[in-house]
Amino acid sequence: MATAISVQNLTKSYKRDKMEITVLNNISLNVEQGDFLALMGPSGSGKTTLLNIIAGIDTPTSGTVFVAGTDIAGLSETALAKWRARHVGFIFQLYNLIPVLTAFENVELPLLLTDLSKDERKRQVETALKLVGLGDRMHHSPKQLSGGQEQRVAIARAIATDPDILVADEPTGDLDRSSAEDIMKLLERLNSEFGKTIVMVTHDPSAAARAKTVRHLEKGDLLKESKFMQGAM
Amino acid sequence: MKMLKFAFKNALRHKLRAALTIVGIAIAVLAFGLLRTVVTAWNAGVDASAANRLVARQAVSFIFPLPYAYKDQIKQIDGVEHVSFLNWFGGTYIDKNQFFARMAVDAETIFDVYPEFVMDANQKATFQKERNSCIIGASLAKQYKLKIGDVMPIEGDIYPGKWEFVIRGIYQPRDKTVDASQMFFHWNYLNERIKAEDPERAGNVGWYAITIKDPSRAAEISSRVDGLFKNSRAETKTETERAFQQSFLAGTSSILTALDIMSFVIIGIIMLVLGNTMIMSARERTREYAVLKTLGYTGKHLLLFIAGEAVVIAFLGAGLGILLLVPSVSGFEAAMPKGWFPVFNIANSTFILAGSAALIVGMISALFPLRRALKTSIVDGLRFVG
Repeated sequence: MATAISVQNLTKSYKRDKMEITVLNNISLNVEQGDFLALMGPSGSGKTTLLNIIAGIDTPTSGTVFVAGTDIAGLSETALAKWRARHVGFIFQLYNLIPVLTAFENVELPLLLTDLSKDERKRQVETALKLVGLGDRMHHSPKQLSGGQEQRVAIARAIATDPDILVADEPTGDLDRSSAEDIMKLLERLNSEFGKTIVMVTHDPSAAARAKTVRHLEKGDLLKESKFMQGAM
Repeated sequence: MKMLKFAFKNALRHKLRAALTIVGIAIAVLAFGLLRTVVTAWNAGVDASAANRLVARQAVSFIFPLPYAYKDQIKQIDGVEHVSFLNWFGGTYIDKNQFFARMAVDAETIFDVYPEFVMDANQKATFQKERNSCIIGASLAKQYKLKIGDVMPIEGDIYPGKWEFVIRGIYQPRDKTVDASQMFFHWNYLNERIKAEDPERAGNVGWYAITIKDPSRAAEISSRVDGLFKNSRAETKTETERAFQQSFLAGTSSILTALDIMSFVIIGIIMLVLGNTMIMSARERTREYAVLKTLGYTGKHLLLFIAGEAVVIAFLGAGLGILLLVPSVSGFEAAMPKGWFPVFNIANSTFILAGSAALIVGMISALFPLRRALKTSIVDGLRFVG
């Protein structure tokens, strides 16, 4: 299977006053196309930083990051923005929907950066919202939706442009058990049925158990790989 | 279009704050418009000046008269088209609070020099025939409900005694810059009575109004007029009508400058009000801007969102201010003593200035929040808790 993400000798460090803090320490990681990777670890272990670098919203101090065939570490800010719009879909813990826009308009946001016509955008938004089970809530504003529904709108927004990779940062962290279960089922479906490569950061072992691969980080080091088969737990 | 709609929705996201900001801007635009209108009214005489008109006055001071005999001599100068003269009369009509210009004029030539006073030919002919007649401007007629045939009794002060004038004509202003609140009567009528009561003061006029064929020769003809009466008992100072009007304003120039400065200080206040709102809005939306950047939106998009939002608020405020300005100017004019500002209109430039100021203020007030949104990294933005 082809490699979707290839991270080699990645180091990320910050300078705070005169102290240098290393968040990621010489990490190498390969994620195959169609994989569903869960990154786990205690707070401050560097898992969100790794996710952000893979998603192109943070930059490494050293090392190479190939995602969807592009060395994103070498891209300018504007080029990186265009690359993100084309290749990556984001799912956040706090959904991060724009409150003044309807579900439809929120999902349409990434499509406004494409060359699609109004009708094409409409078709794609409707498809994405129907896929997440919100075909009847298109014109509701975020405050008219439950947390689980908001997260489903966020997932629809993430898949609207049909990106190669989905990154999810604690996607169930702010949801009740039942809604979290719905979201995980949806992510599993996107992975198994639509072949989306997913990288997910989570604290929740039951959410991590839904992934095909789980990797642990501790104090900036990536621990040994452990594989889960879907539905094994 | 979608992005502009987004900017519009953002502008009205916090309804109370947006409403207060819009009302704040509207009040500032209203104050700006009122001040500009007062300044415009103050300068109305200068603005209404004709380019081809000169004024010759006594060189020592405007308050000293010039001999009537100068008229024919001035007329002989090459380039002069028409010569007329006016004489400030003053006096009291009804009571001292009723102020408007009352002047003795040369009835034969006044309309040649001031074509902006438009009057029916029959009324003009009757006025020119009857020595104790007068003409008044349309707004004066409206203000005092005067009509043709009415008698205007005036108590003289510069020229003491009781004077009565029969209204024989009502002139219309050619455009809105023309003062339609003046009264003119025959200088001959004034001069005859002065000759009888105070002979030493007879045969004098206040100043000459001269039209010239070629406005580019104004300086040359002015010096030829002045040269003609050099070393006489009443030397002249001839200048363009604009310069003559400006000399009237010289004494109040510091007040006008202060009003001008104040009107632009108000623009600064609008900027602070809007800037404050935009900084608060943009700060609250730090996370949203980070999300937009994550989705692939760049600096130019953020500029459109933030500046668009600021411009929407600025334009709504300016629009409301301009809507309020029209009735406020009418109310202000009604509240002032009659005759203070004969021409009191909102100049088109005031509307343009208010609109342009709103646009510029909107753009400038967006700069700081935009800078902050651009400088904040996506990672920091996503962590932001507002």
